[in-house]
Amino acid sequence: MTTPLNDALPAVEPIDLTRSKTSSKTIMSVSLTVITGFFTLLVLAPLVAVVFDVAREGLPRLGLESFTELPPPPGLTDGGFGHAIVGSLITLGIATAFSTPFGILAAIYLSEFGRGSRVAYWVRFSANVLTGVPAILAGLFAYSLVVATMGNFSAFAGGVALAVLMLPIVMRTAEEGLMLIPHEVRLAALGIGATRFQTITQIVLPAALPAIATAVTLALARAAGEAAPLLFTALNNNFWSTDAFAPIATLPVLIYFFAIIPFRAQQELAWAAALVLLGIVLIVSIVARLIARQKKY
Amino acid sequence: MIVGGSTIVINVNGWNGKQPVYECKTMSAGTEGATQSNRGSLEKRLSKQSLLDQGFFWLTLVMAIGIAAVLAFVIYEIGRSALPAIQTFGLGFLFSTTWDPVQNVYGALPQIYGTLVTSAIALFLAVPIGVGVAVFLTEDFVPGYIRTPISFAIELIVAIPSVVLGLWGIFVFIPFIRPFYQVLNSTLGWIPLFAGVPRGYSLLTLGIILAIMIVPIIISITRGTLLSLPPELRQGAMAMGATRWETIIRVLIPAGLSGIIGSVMLAFGRAMGETMVAAMLVGNSNRISISLMNPGATITSLIASQFGEAGRTQVAALLYSGLVLMVLTLLVNIFAEMIIKKFQNVE
Repeated sequence: MTTPLNDALPAVEPIDLTRSKTSSKTIMSVSLTVITGFFTLLVLAPLVAVVFDVAREGLPRLGLESFTELPPPPGLTDGGFGHAIVGSLITLGIATAFSTPFGILAAIYLSEFGRGSRVAYWVRFSANVLTGVPAILAGLFAYSLVVATMGNFSAFAGGVALAVLMLPIVMRTAEEGLMLIPHEVRLAALGIGATRFQTITQIVLPAALPAIATAVTLALARAAGEAAPLLFTALNNNFWSTDAFAPIATLPVLIYFFAIIPFRAQQELAWAAALVLLGIVLIVSIVARLIARQKKY
Repeated sequence: MIVGGSTIVINVNGWNGKQPVYECKTMSAGTEGATQSNRGSLEKRLSKQSLLDQGFFWLTLVMAIGIAAVLAFVIYEIGRSALPAIQTFGLGFLFSTTWDPVQNVYGALPQIYGTLVTSAIALFLAVPIGVGVAVFLTEDFVPGYIRTPISFAIELIVAIPSVVLGLWGIFVFIPFIRPFYQVLNSTLGWIPLFAGVPRGYSLLTLGIILAIMIVPIIISITRGTLLSLPPELRQGAMAMGATRWETIIRVLIPAGLSGIIGSVMLAFGRAMGETMVAAMLVGNSNRISISLMNPGATITSLIASQFGEAGRTQVAALLYSGLVLMVLTLLVNIFAEMIIKKFQNVE
């Protein structure tokens, strides 16, 4: 009556669990991977192309005189854009003077006093919305506030416009830097009898200084490339000027005006100025980001 | 502190920047007066410090509220300066196509149209590409040592000054893309979208360059969203037998949808407000054209190209158009902020 085991259980072929190469799932997976990989290259292409083209067009024209001379009158060649570099530095200086103390003090409130409070929530919300305000509207604001009131275009008005752009960036990044300082550090300072003011100014701020410096640098890099807010605040100037209350030339505005006029010499200068601007902005961004990445407490 | 009949006064001299200084004095019970005066000076010092503490707190609070005030002030100032134009042209400004500095009659419909169309083109290109790249750089398709520098490079695209991108657009991108436009125009010219004479300065060109500028925003926020999803979602989907891409499309993207929508809204706001690229590449033509091959104008290009030589009424009209842009970007940004906030609260 006993049946041999072999009869009851027929021999089973080992099943191949590998998905077939022609299955619709395989085809979909492979093609989606290829497409997204291609998209990644596509996104990187403009960066590479812009850096390469700006270097190719700008380098031959770049020389010592680029930094020391004024642009040539239309029709002539040579010259430089030294006045625009000085102008950019002045407007950025004014913007930093406004936005840095303002932004850092606000960041101190958010991280030291107002954690989790309603006020802090709305301040962060406003800062995020302010970050999204188009740069040109910061220019309209400064025009309406400074230029229309004082009666003339000025480096000061340009600085105010850039300060509006820098402010939320400085605040948010400085806040992140302050948040990275461990809470125990504050407790320790308070524990040995320091007041909150002493704790913040002598313990927390010095520890967060590298992060805050990075914050200001990143904000500066962003502001340095902005032309839109300067078009009708700092306006432009074809000559050397260091007067904060007079129109002043800046690198981005100079690039804009020289790009849209039909003179070859000016267009070449625009490329050289673009190389200087792009070089500064990219190097600053890369260095600041690398430093920010390494910071661990 | 009384210890065995003598008084020890611990004098905290505050913090002098290096080390806390503690002064301990032992006094006999007889010198009560001296102790009193010492205690008085300690209290005075403490009250001074608490005043400093209070003052510092209020200073930072005022500065923090100042950020919100700056936002309100920006809106108020632009609104105030635009008021004469608002009173003159009313809501008709939004629907009129006339921009006539000679007659001082202004309407911004072509510019509003151009702003929305170019941003829409930019989103149409940037959203699928951005989400695709974010997925590619989040799920382990390539090893980390390739992924990190790629993400880093993509972040750098944001740092390119827009005026440099505009310069590149005029002298490199337009000559490069023009032949493609001509092919598109000659084969698909019967579709109104691609009709007209393709010169290069057009709504489509601006849309493409805007897409280049906003794609990093979509990538970085979408990546952040995908990375923050709980790993159980992936494991669960895989355990059910889904392939990697089925997991991504059916589980991860729906789960992270609010973050993705938030990133798209932020990108939309950025595209609408971008100025230099628009002024340099869109062609600044005051007309509404269905064809993307034709030049057009955006609110930003209008302001940038006309503000310099504008008369009094024209300046007010330009500020009015600026106010329209402000309202559009504010709505989009606040919406984006709320979506992202809501999503983060769920996390």
